[in-house]
Amino acid sequence: MSQSTQLSPEALLEFSPYARLIGMKLAVVDGDLRFFLPFQQDNIGNDQLPALHGGLIGGFMEMAAIMHLLWIRESHAVPRTVDFSIDYLRPGLARELFASCSVTKHGQQIANVQVSVWQDTPEKPVAVARAHFLLD
Amino acid sequence: MSLPLPVKNPALFNDIAHWLCHIPHSRVLQIEFVQGERGRATLRLPYQERLVGDSRTGVLHGGVITTLIDNTSALSIFSLLDEVSGYPTLDLRIDYLRPATPGLAVYCTAECYRMGREIAFTRATAYQEGNTQPVAYGVATFMRRRSFKGEAVQGVTP
Repeated sequence: MSQSTQLSPEALLEFSPYARLIGMKLAVVDGDLRFFLPFQQDNIGNDQLPALHGGLIGGFMEMAAIMHLLWIRESHAVPRTVDFSIDYLRPGLARELFASCSVTKHGQQIANVQVSVWQDTPEKPVAVARAHFLLD
Repeated sequence: MSLPLPVKNPALFNDIAHWLCHIPHSRVLQIEFVQGERGRATLRLPYQERLVGDSRTGVLHGGVITTLIDNTSALSIFSLLDEVSGYPTLDLRIDYLRPATPGLAVYCTAECYRMGREIAFTRATAYQEGNTQPVAYGVATFMRRRSFKGEAVQGVTP
C-alpha cells in the first residue's frame, strides 16, 4: 500500500458535515493521524461547570475512530458503526480535547477500535471508548 | 412496564427538560422536549444536513444519536426525583441497529428502570415516525454526586 493512496486530513474532514460542525481538526504527526477538538462554545453540555457535552465527546471519539480506520485502510468506504461503548472518567473542561485511536482487531468484516480522549496528558483520560465497525 | 403516572416533581422536571434542551450543544443540535412521565422521557431531534456523518449517504452521524440518547436518559432520571441532584454519565453503550432515514426527525424515549441510592440505570430507544423498528438502543449508568455542590445543575431551579 503506497502512501500516495492515503486520504489527506482535509479529504477526511471533507466527507463529514458533523465533523466540521463540532470543529474537529486532524494532523499527521510522525506518520500518525492525530485528532483535535479545539474549544468552541457550541460544544458545551454543562454551562455551570462549564464542561463539554458527554454526547459530543462520544461523537468526536466515534468520528476519530472512523477516520482512523479510513486512514489506515486507505479506503474511501466509510466503516459502519455496529456498537459504541464509552466510559466517562473525568469532566471534559472548556478547552481543547485530544483523541488517539488504536485498532485492537482488524478482521475481514469487523474492526475493533479503542479510543482515548484527554486534555492534560494521555495518562489522565477524560473518556475511553471501544467500538465495533463493519467493514466493506 | 407499569401504567403511566405523572413525573414526581413537575417543576423540577420541567426546569431540567428546559435546561437540557438549551445547553449550547443541545441548541446546536436543536433538541426539543416532547413529553415526560414517571420514569420516562422523550426528546426529538429534527433532521439537519449539517449533522450528517457521511455526505454521500445523508445519514445522521452516530455522535448526534449519542447526544440525543445521553440527554434523554439523563432526563428520565429527573422524572423520578423529588429534589435536584447532579447526575453525570458514568458509561453509555449504543447499538446502532439501522441507519436513520435521511430527512426524518429522530425521537428518543428513555426509561430509568432502576434508581439506586447512588447509581441510576437507564435504557433508551431511538426511532423515527412511521417505522416501528428502532434506529438505535442505548443503555447507560449515571452516578448521583454524593456531595452535591450545586455545580452540575445549579441555576436550573429557582
